[in-house]
Amino acid sequence: MKHTISVLVENEFGVLARVAGLFSGRGFNIESLSVAPTLEPDTSRMTIVTRGDDRILEQITKQLNKVISIIKVVDFTDEEYVERELALVKVTAESDSRAEVLRIVDIFRAKVVDVTPKSYTIEITGAPGKIDAALVLLTPLGIKEVVRSGPVVIGRGSKGVSN
Amino acid sequence: MKLTGSQILLESLRLEGVETVFGYPGGAVINIYDDLYDSPIKHILTRHEQAAVHAADGYARTTGEVGVVIATSGPGATNTVTGIATAYMDSIPMVIITGQVPTALIGNDAFQEADICGITRPCTKHNFLVQDLRDLPRMIKEAFFIARTGRPGPVLIDLPKDIQVASMKFNYPETVKMRGYKPTIDGDERQIGKAAQMILKAKRPVLYVGGGASLANADQELLKLAELLQVPVTTTLMAMAAFPGEHPLSLGMLGMHGTYFANMAVTECDLLVAIGARFDDRVTGRIDAFAKKAKIIQFDIDPSSIHKIIRVDLPVVGDLESVLTSLLRQLDEKPQDISIQIEQTSAWRKEISGWKAKHPMGYQASKSVIKPQYVIEKLSELSNRDAIITTEVGQHQMWAAQFFKFRQARTFLTSGGLGTMGYGLPAALGAQVAFPDRQVIDISGDGSFQMNSQELATLVQYRLPVKIAILNNNFLGMVRQWQQLFFDKRYSQTCMELPIDFVKLAEAYGATGLSTDKVDDVETVIKKAFEVDGPVLMEFKVSREENVIPMVPAGKGIHEMVLAS
Ligand SMILES: Cc1ncc(C[n+]2csc(CCOP(=O)(O)OP(=O)(O)O)c2C)c(N)n1
Ligand SMILES: [Mg+2]
Repeated sequence: MKHTISVLVENEFGVLARVAGLFSGRGFNIESLSVAPTLEPDTSRMTIVTRGDDRILEQITKQLNKVISIIKVVDFTDEEYVERELALVKVTAESDSRAEVLRIVDIFRAKVVDVTPKSYTIEITGAPGKIDAALVLLTPLGIKEVVRSGPVVIGRGSKGVSN
Repeated sequence: MKLTGSQILLESLRLEGVETVFGYPGGAVINIYDDLYDSPIKHILTRHEQAAVHAADGYARTTGEVGVVIATSGPGATNTVTGIATAYMDSIPMVIITGQVPTALIGNDAFQEADICGITRPCTKHNFLVQDLRDLPRMIKEAFFIARTGRPGPVLIDLPKDIQVASMKFNYPETVKMRGYKPTIDGDERQIGKAAQMILKAKRPVLYVGGGASLANADQELLKLAELLQVPVTTTLMAMAAFPGEHPLSLGMLGMHGTYFANMAVTECDLLVAIGARFDDRVTGRIDAFAKKAKIIQFDIDPSSIHKIIRVDLPVVGDLESVLTSLLRQLDEKPQDISIQIEQTSAWRKEISGWKAKHPMGYQASKSVIKPQYVIEKLSELSNRDAIITTEVGQHQMWAAQFFKFRQARTFLTSGGLGTMGYGLPAALGAQVAFPDRQVIDISGDGSFQMNSQELATLVQYRLPVKIAILNNNFLGMVRQWQQLFFDKRYSQTCMELPIDFVKLAEAYGATGLSTDKVDDVETVIKKAFEVDGPVLMEFKVSREENVIPMVPAGKGIHEMVLAS
């Protein structure tokens, strides 16, 4: 089963390697990982998407909690949360397909962020499933390049994850 | 007054109570060694950095204090890795300080540069690269705190050369503040209460004790618990000395080379109480056959040990000494239940006695050739009560666990988790440094001994009277045993064709060497060795193709033991 985990970490030397090494060393799988500092400059927040049965997930959270530089681990799977991902997509757009690309952009409430006579670069945000759907529609038109951020998540409601 | 980084390091070590460090100098730590020259801290110069780490490990296992190592950058640092991984697998508190190239050169493939923090990340509890002198006192404080608290383990501090020579005003922090590290100490009282209930209800209980019990100094509480309820105790390799081997409730070791009665008791019990034990595959054999009829309680300091291998019915996380103390307190309030419990478990103890009588631990004695087990029995008989035993890895290690009767906690040092050949001699060295007046004996094999034999020089230099007993079968015996049993006796690369003159080897270093191949001389040799006031190497030429039994073949349940070779 897919799990999305938020990890608050000390923003210090080697912390990303500790987390990545833990996953590879113990044979856990990382589907995506995104990381950036929080409002407090000494703290970063990672969002990790992983897969595994209950036993594996229990080990993943316990092993993460054991890492000294990790402050807090929250598995959002059984919680209500908002999940968003950003994708930048460079699509071939020459005379006959330009209108079609724009129609798709419109449907997915995406944005054109760069234009050339031969291409559009578009920005799509949303749940990963929405991005997948947009890519399916854009593929026949000719995708030159795509880059995805991996999802970030935040819990619903007024309570926040903090240290 | 300003101090340099290297002076700050040594001053901090002193404030942490460090009296002895083990190490080896080099360019990237030359400043530290210069300051050591005037320091009250004693330094033991081993002949290899791996040995320095094992020695600090031996020091830590016997004393319970943090072992400390200093090594230079690059090859010095990489040489420590096996020692660190050994300590990590067995949860031994240790701080390793490595020199590093100057910060400005890090990443340039500078001379003797190695990314030791990267290399040791998976085999340390934590590690630090010091990038700013101002962080150094805090990092040392944290390193010692992390190493000795919670589930102990090795912590490495990588100290670049420019930081060793920079200077600042020194203040050692009194406390640590780490957002990500707050080990649990006391167990949950309600969970402990439930454990007490389960134990009082059981009709066929067994205590399964691991290295955690030694690390937490919980041996006295364990003994009380066992005696109070008359529960049989089986120990892992790591906990052989945590429960007296000759105690009537002792079942000895369980697992792959465990006793028949320990393995049967675990298989047939209705309650298994794991105390600081982690269900290692060498203990459990085929996991779905392990303690199948039992409810399982697990006491452990490390939450990640719980439900890792096997789903337990009742977990209690906490320091074992604290948890067992409160368990005993709760049990003490129920004297009646305890008498009922002792009565309702008496049939179980009889059943176990039956197993003990049916297949006691033993071996085929011989008058013509020295049996390795016989040497261990004699060492056990002739050594002092508080003798410290170390081992290498192989058959001799298993025979030591099976036939030596341990009498006191922290007297059996062996590489259980990693299984590191070459561990025993330097570990004995470290133990002897910690306890100059106790007997320290390395039970060794001819193969393992050669992995760190250079440490004979260190023993002689520091007048450390370690006694070494090599059970020489002229084989990498444990591997040979597997080849005999599972590979049609195809002894591929397990016979070291060249016999070594171990007596001359000892003498070359200035130690005493004794050797025999006669059964009748075994006792004399041991007595003589114990009388010598210095390091002695005893070589016993033993029967070459002896096997360690019982043995649970790979993939079998632990009740499916092979009982005769
Ligand atoms: C560093 C290391 N290399 C290889 C092994 C694999 N190994 C386990 S036991 C053993 C044989 C040990 O031989 P010896 O020290 O003579 O002991 P014996 O089994 O003969 O008593 C070997 C090679 C190991 N445990 N450690
Ligand atoms: Mg051998």
